[in-house]
Order: sequence, then structure tokens, then C-alpha cells
Amino acid sequence: MIGRLKNFGLFAVMALLIALVGFMQSWSLALAILNLCLISAVMALGVNIQWGYAGLFNVGVMGFAALGGLAGVVISTPPVAAAWSAGGFGIIASLVIALITIIISVAIYSRLKGAGILRVWAAVLVAIAGYFIARIFFEPAVDAIEAVEPAKTGFLGGFGLPIIFAWIVGGVFAAGAAWVVGKISLGLRSDYLAIATLGISEIIVAMLKNEDWLARGVKNVSGLPRPVPYEINLQRSEWFQDWANSMGVSTVEFSSIFVKLCYAGLFASVLLIVLWLSERALNSPWGRMMRAIRDNETAANAMGKDVTSRHLQVFVLGSAVIGIAGAMLTTLDGQFTPASYQPLRFTFLIWVMVIVGGSGNNWGAVLGGFLIWFFWVEAEPIGLWLMDTITSGMAEDNALRLHLLKSAAHMRLMTMGLILLLVLRFTPSGLIPERRR
Amino acid sequence: MEDVLNAIVLITNFLIVPGLAYGSQLALGALGITLVYGILRFSNFAHGETMAFGTMITILVTWFLQARGVGLGPLPTALLALPVGIAATIVLVLLTDKWVYRFYRNQKSPPVIFLIASVGVMFLMNGIVRFVIGPRDQTFTDGERFIITAREFKQLSGLREGLAIKTTQGITVITAIVIVIALFWFLNQTRTGKSMRAYSDNEDLALLSGINPDKVVMVAWIFTAILATIAGTLYGLDKSFKPFVYLQILLPLFASAIVGGLGNPLGAIAGGFVVAFSEVSFTFAYRKFLAYLLPENWAPEGLVQLLSTDYKFAVSFVILVLVLLVKPTGIFSGRAL
Repeated sequence: MIGRLKNFGLFAVMALLIALVGFMQSWSLALAILNLCLISAVMALGVNIQWGYAGLFNVGVMGFAALGGLAGVVISTPPVAAAWSAGGFGIIASLVIALITIIISVAIYSRLKGAGILRVWAAVLVAIAGYFIARIFFEPAVDAIEAVEPAKTGFLGGFGLPIIFAWIVGGVFAAGAAWVVGKISLGLRSDYLAIATLGISEIIVAMLKNEDWLARGVKNVSGLPRPVPYEINLQRSEWFQDWANSMGVSTVEFSSIFVKLCYAGLFASVLLIVLWLSERALNSPWGRMMRAIRDNETAANAMGKDVTSRHLQVFVLGSAVIGIAGAMLTTLDGQFTPASYQPLRFTFLIWVMVIVGGSGNNWGAVLGGFLIWFFWVEAEPIGLWLMDTITSGMAEDNALRLHLLKSAAHMRLMTMGLILLLVLRFTPSGLIPERRR
Repeated sequence: MEDVLNAIVLITNFLIVPGLAYGSQLALGALGITLVYGILRFSNFAHGETMAFGTMITILVTWFLQARGVGLGPLPTALLALPVGIAATIVLVLLTDKWVYRFYRNQKSPPVIFLIASVGVMFLMNGIVRFVIGPRDQTFTDGERFIITAREFKQLSGLREGLAIKTTQGITVITAIVIVIALFWFLNQTRTGKSMRAYSDNEDLALLSGINPDKVVMVAWIFTAILATIAGTLYGLDKSFKPFVYLQILLPLFASAIVGGLGNPLGAIAGGFVVAFSEVSFTFAYRKFLAYLLPENWAPEGLVQLLSTDYKFAVSFVILVLVLLVKPTGIFSGRAL
């Protein structure tokens, strides 16, 4: 009972912190923070499913989030007809060839068990041959697509569907990538999963930066359609003006708050659904089995549990949740910017959230998501203020003072690293520890 | 005949020489990773940042020396500054071990906890490096730039293709050879080295025969710091120093260590060269090379490049995946699995 009260208190403090920003800075900012807190909480839930339920260390959160973001572009942007007619056939042909190649080489590798090392060479040869054949179609198609109005489009475009669908598709994309990585590296040492996820996330982001035909690369896709009304339309409509007047706030300010509230509603419902499902899963026989595997793999294996395929299952599920959160983030931003995917922001920060909040406890992950994001946003003004205070005794143009003020932004890296190490060492169970059963 | 010679020079200039230098850097870095893995039993994600830290100190000392007018003539001043960088890095890793890893070692924590702790250390070190030297590009090469320039080679040989060898490339290869010989001498001949190998092989047995684990761990960290600083400085001299690069180099480093077999020093060296040469040869544009060798009207139109350089670390990843699929213990059968 006391534990429950404490948890409630922690969430109340969190609400108070956000309200404080509302009163002291502005409500628009407070809601912006809240929206990102909600998305971070979903992402943290995804990592918690992998780490807290199964003890899998995923260093590639960034890549899965980026794939979710890509889904935002693929689903919601209108198709570029000229680009499709210029290179659509080539792209599809090369993708089909690539798929067939993969199927053939995997079949060779898995069916010819008796051939020894030969089957490896055969599979590799088929893969290389397929790669070259695919490139015959791929390269002219890419050149043709990227030549279509490069300043405005230069990519295939998407399906022109409502962006909400991207949240599901983003989950599917991330789950697909996770399945491949998991299939390769699970069942081996735990280090290998970490290294493989690190690699795949770097490669995914490199691809998104360089493959202009897919999502314009570093030229970014902006102006993604929204699931909520636009401020400008609200400000023009009469019922909204009347409403704002009756509340006694300016239409411009109220429209911005209203839009953010709409987003918050959408994100909060996703968070609640994911949270409810995770809690149900954790308390089911399946959750009990996962914990048993996590706590003693050998014993669980002896009890007839297939450890590797359970790990694969939970890894795919967790990554799907991360992908959903990634798609939500792109939706909120209204643009897709591959260069913004930094390991610090997307992998490490999420990890700090989970560890600080309490690994193995879904509520803990949610709280961690809120708390760490809040301090991440507010750390910059605090860091600047701190540096300013420390150096206030020095002359205005002191070189050290200027250097310190300029470097205040890098304080975040150190602070987050320090927080992770301290929490891991002194309160490894986090703010809301896993329930003992 | 001359065309063939030209082709050979071309491939030496753009593929073999850079591959050798890069391979030496990777080998030294992977040796550090494999050493930590062999003794402390975890994959050290902070290794790239340890390299960056050592390099940063070396750069700062180099600048100090340059300002004083101290130099090594044709050789880069950084070599003179290297010992200071190594010393600072040794202090850093020993402090990290004392404050972070020792606790988990005493607790007998599972490797994944060490892994997470090392990721924490990685970001802490990354923060320190960016805080001190800033996130931008730094060049600190001085002295003679080339051992032999392309033009000198052309005059000497009368060929159309030139062969340029940078001083830094020469230094990289020579230093790597010296360090590797010294390391193997230490591991195979000295008492401490032997006890380290024994500890890596079978911890319990080593403890029973009276080997002091604290000493073994300390020596392992000292060697890691030396290797990391040298590898980082050579890499920085050869290319240029950018803090974020040392985060990206982590993947080729791990690939090198795993290809050769984690925990196996010989494997790390072999792995370094395998990864380096695959990376260089997959991203090399073979157009001119083929133009020399093929009959005149067969010359290819495109670049004949297997993979764009933007994806060079995808090569390390593919190698890693192949090794994990086919032989997870690596070529030289490390202690993995």
C-alpha cells in the first residue's frame, strides 16, 4: 500500500513539474514537453519489454525509431507520379530480385546441411550475383527518380494515406528489422546482440541519409500531413473564435494549445493501450515464463522453454513498440530529418529512462520517460545558468569563461552518462522497482 | 606490360597502402578490445572513446610543443607528445575501473551489466572530449607530409600512375609492428604476461595457483590504454581528429575482434586487416584499374564501385553477420559463446 502511494506521489510530482513550466514559462511549452514525454514513455516501454522482461541489451533503439519515422513518410506523403513512371519499375524489379536472392541463398544455406563449408560459399556467391543483377535495374531507376524535380520531390513519394496508419506500419518496419537482427545474433553471447544492434542502427540511419529516392535523404521531407487540425484553419473558423473569446484567451494562443492538446490525446491513448497490453502480458503465464528465462536461462531451458525463440519474440515485440513511437515522433514534428537521429538522443537517453524509472516495471519505464525527457529539455537552460554562475567572477571576455559557456551543451552527455552510472550502481532497481511476486 | 605495371601501382596506391595503414590502426584498436574481453569478460563499448580521449591529450600536448617550437624534424610532433597522452589515458582507465567496473567485478555481475556500464562510461568520456576540445575537426599533423610523393615516383619509374606514401602511413605500419612484437613478447615471455594468459584461459584455476587478479586486471587496463592511445593517435594523424568518428569506428573494431575470435590477440590483428581490406576494396572504384588491364574498347563506363563509400561500415557489419552465422567463435576460435 505504501509502495502504491509512493508511486502515485512520484507521478503527481511529475505532473506538478510540467504544470510549473506551464505557469512559469508558458502552457504551450508545457504541452510541447508533455507530448514528447508521452512519446518517450512509449519508447521506454519498448526498451523495457526487451530489457526488463528478457534482459536483452538493445543498443540500436535509434535505428528502430528511424524506421518508424520512415513509415511516416512512406504512408502519408502523396505519391509522385512522375517519379513512379520514371523509375518505379526499376526499383520494384530490383527489390524483387533482392528478395528472391535472399530467399535462394538462405535456402541453400539451410537446406544443404551436409555440404559443409561449401554451402557458405554457394550462398555467398548467389548473394553476390543477385546483388549485381539487382543493381542493373536499381541504378538507372534511382538516377531517373532523383532527377524528377530534385528541389521539391526527387523521391517516389508515399501512399497518401492518413498518417495515423504510419504508426502501425512503423511498428511493422521496426519489427521486421528486429527479426532479422535477432535471428542472427540471439542465442549467442549477450554481447553479440548489443554489437549487432549497434551496427544495424548505424546502417539504417546511413541508408536514410543517402537513399534520396526513398525519403529524400538529408534533403528531408517536410510538411507531412497531420492527424489534427491546422492552427491557421482553426483561427479562421468562427466557432473556434467564439470559443476562444468565451475562454478569454487570444485565438492564436488558444489554437496552438488546442492543437497540442489534440496530439496529447492521441499519444496518451497509444501510451495507455501499449501500457495496458504490456501489463497484461507481464502478468500472464507468458510474462512469468519470460521472467523465468531472464532470471535463469539454464533452468528455464531445462524446463523445456525454447529460450532463443522466446528472446526473438520479445525482441521483435519491443522493437515494434519503439517503431510506433518513432512514427509518432515524425507525426508530431511534421517532418522527417534523417540527420536528427543521434545515438545519444535516441538510444542512450531511452536507456537512461528505463534504468532510472525502474527496469522490469512498466510504470517505472513510463515515469522514467517523463522525468528524463523533462530534465533533458530543461538541462540546457539549467546548464547555461550554472556555467554563468560559476564563471560570474571572471571577466566578460575571459577565454575560459567563453569556452565553458560555449561547451555547456556538451554537459548533457556527461550528465546523462553520470546519471546512468550512478543509478546503475546505487539504485539498480530504479525509482519504481519491479514488483516482487 | 606497362599497362599492367600501371595497374599494379594504381591498386597499391589506392588500395594496398591505405588498407595496410587502416588495418594496422584497426588491429591495434581491436587488440585493446580483445584484451579487455579476455581478462574482464565484457565487450568494452567505451573503447572508441578511450581512443578519442588519448588522442585528445596527445593533440593538446602537441599544440603546446608546437607553440614552444619543439619538433621532431621530418616526423610529426605528436610522436613526442604520445607518452603524455598514454599516461593520461592510463590514469583515466584505472580511475574508471576503480569507480565503475570494480564494484561489479566484486558483485560478480553478469556481463550485460558491465556492457551497460561501459556504455555509460562511453558517453561520459565522449562528453569530456567534446567539452574540452569541442566537436569540430582538428588537424595536428606536421613535419614531412610524404615519404614519397606521386610526382617523385612518376619521375623515378617513368610510369603514368604515381605512388604516394604518406609519412603517417609509414609511421602507422612501423609503430603497429613494434607494438605488436612488444605485446606478444610480454604475453609469452614475462611472468605477468603468462599469468594474464592463464587468467584469461581459466579464471578459477589461475586464482588457485596464486595469481593476483587485481594485478592482472590492472595490467590489462594499462595495456588497453596504451593500445587505445596509440591506435587513436595514428588514426587521427592519418585522417583527422573528429570526436564523432571514434564512435563510428567502434563497429569495425568489434568486427575485427570478433572475426579473429574475441579474446585472441592474434585473431584481433588478423581481423583488423580482414576488415580494413574488405572495406577498402569494396568501396574502391575499379574503373581506371580495369581500363589499364582490359582491351581499349572494353573499358567500363561506370565507376565499377561495389559499394558507395557512404556505406563503408556496412562492410564491417556484413563481415560480422557472416562470422556470427558461420563461425561465432571467429577464425582463430576465441573464447566466445
